[in-house]
Amino acid sequence: MEFMPNFKLYRPDNVDDAIKIKTEHAEARYVAGGTDMIVNVRRGIEQPQSLVDLTSISNMNDITEVDDGLQIGANVTLRNVRENQIIQQNYPCIAEAAGSVAGPTHQQYGTVGGNLCLDTRCLFYNQSEWWRQSNDYCLKERGDTCHVAPSGKRCFAAFSGDLAPSMLVYEAEINVVGPSGSRRIPLLELYRDDGMAHLTLGPGELVERVHLPMALAGDPSRYEKARIRGSIDFPLAGVAIRLRKGKGNAVEDVAIALTAVNPYPKIISGLQGLIDGNLGEDELDFIRDAVRKQSKPMRTTTVAPWYRRRVVGALARRLAAELSA
Amino acid sequence: MAEIKNKTNLSCTVNGRASDNIVSDSLLLADFLRETLGLTGTKIGCDGGECGCCTVLIDNAPQHACLTLAAKCNGKAIETIESLSEESRLSAIQRGFNEKLGAQCGFCTPGMVMAAEGLLRTNPDPNEQEIRAGLASNICRCTGYVKIIEAVQSAADELKMSGQAL
Repeated sequence: MEFMPNFKLYRPDNVDDAIKIKTEHAEARYVAGGTDMIVNVRRGIEQPQSLVDLTSISNMNDITEVDDGLQIGANVTLRNVRENQIIQQNYPCIAEAAGSVAGPTHQQYGTVGGNLCLDTRCLFYNQSEWWRQSNDYCLKERGDTCHVAPSGKRCFAAFSGDLAPSMLVYEAEINVVGPSGSRRIPLLELYRDDGMAHLTLGPGELVERVHLPMALAGDPSRYEKARIRGSIDFPLAGVAIRLRKGKGNAVEDVAIALTAVNPYPKIISGLQGLIDGNLGEDELDFIRDAVRKQSKPMRTTTVAPWYRRRVVGALARRLAAELSA
Repeated sequence: MAEIKNKTNLSCTVNGRASDNIVSDSLLLADFLRETLGLTGTKIGCDGGECGCCTVLIDNAPQHACLTLAAKCNGKAIETIESLSEESRLSAIQRGFNEKLGAQCGFCTPGMVMAAEGLLRTNPDPNEQEIRAGLASNICRCTGYVKIIEAVQSAADELKMSGQAL
């Protein structure tokens, strides 16, 4: 791997200072755990003049119960999410997703904010400098052609974070802070359908905390992903599903979200017809087909898109069957 | 101290001994340990957090030295493979790897041993599944993992029998 570029590291201990430094240094990048960012810096994908380390900011470290739900600070490590009993009980697929990120060592210092803001990934992007140079770079970074879809004018790099889909099925909201103050938005609005700029954060803005609503606490849920090896690898496809049942095992509420098959975490639409019915074989097939249709895997991994589309449907069907049993 | 451009004052403990250095902001912990302090037991394999060879303990928790900036370790306690043996006597985990043939080429071993050390400090009596989960960030290309898991099991058993804890 390449040498590290020479950058200045800032370690502010409060959010205001972090935003101020970031605003003063246009080229600066935020970094938290660094499990993905430092790799990208070493590969020359990111060439920051300065890094603003957020892990010294102390008021973003806590998981707090509040009146309307649960707040998770952006600096909370994936390990603490995985091991938190409230999350395990009330929002089980979030704990499951945190425990499935990379491996246990990464989870020790990878953070919630970092996983939500994870850069999109592509076979032609997450490579060494000489590899990308030999390939004339790509649309996302320095080049002018997307090697995934050469005739297209857009980037298809896939969002591959595990936490986002698991939080989306619980209708999570996030607090975003920036130079012009703080705003609370649905987590879904953090993302847009563009592999080159998949986050809607403005200049200097950062994700401060996640809010999980009390109304959905305790709903059963699952998260599962397919990957090449059993650990460390990023997902080829991931599915989070929340399914609440009422009288006679009928579906009261259902939500499904995907990762790694689109440039943004995708919420599956058109599931209203399942409400108040039972999940039999036909309904499970309907879920599988809906997930397959709405996922748009491209040639961004070493594994073929057709396989990822099949596997994401199969995972969704299996998890739905488990939760409805 | 006056701020020097792109450098940071790093005060931490490495293997129990205080260490004060001025380091480049972009210096990685793995390079700090190997090049600055000469502690070459920590290995650099993939250089990207995929293989786990560079695993060290930072405040008792296993972390990748190749993805951690040295400047972020101010005030932390860092432990490397060199800290485990006492007066040339191997630690329980090292002895387990030795006796159960948990090392072949040996390149992944320092990382495996440190990950196992971190695991046994939080869970002194892990079952096989927990050992597999605890070492899931570490890759070995020789052993097929069976011997490594036996080594950690053997170390945990030895510590339990002798009434010691890590």
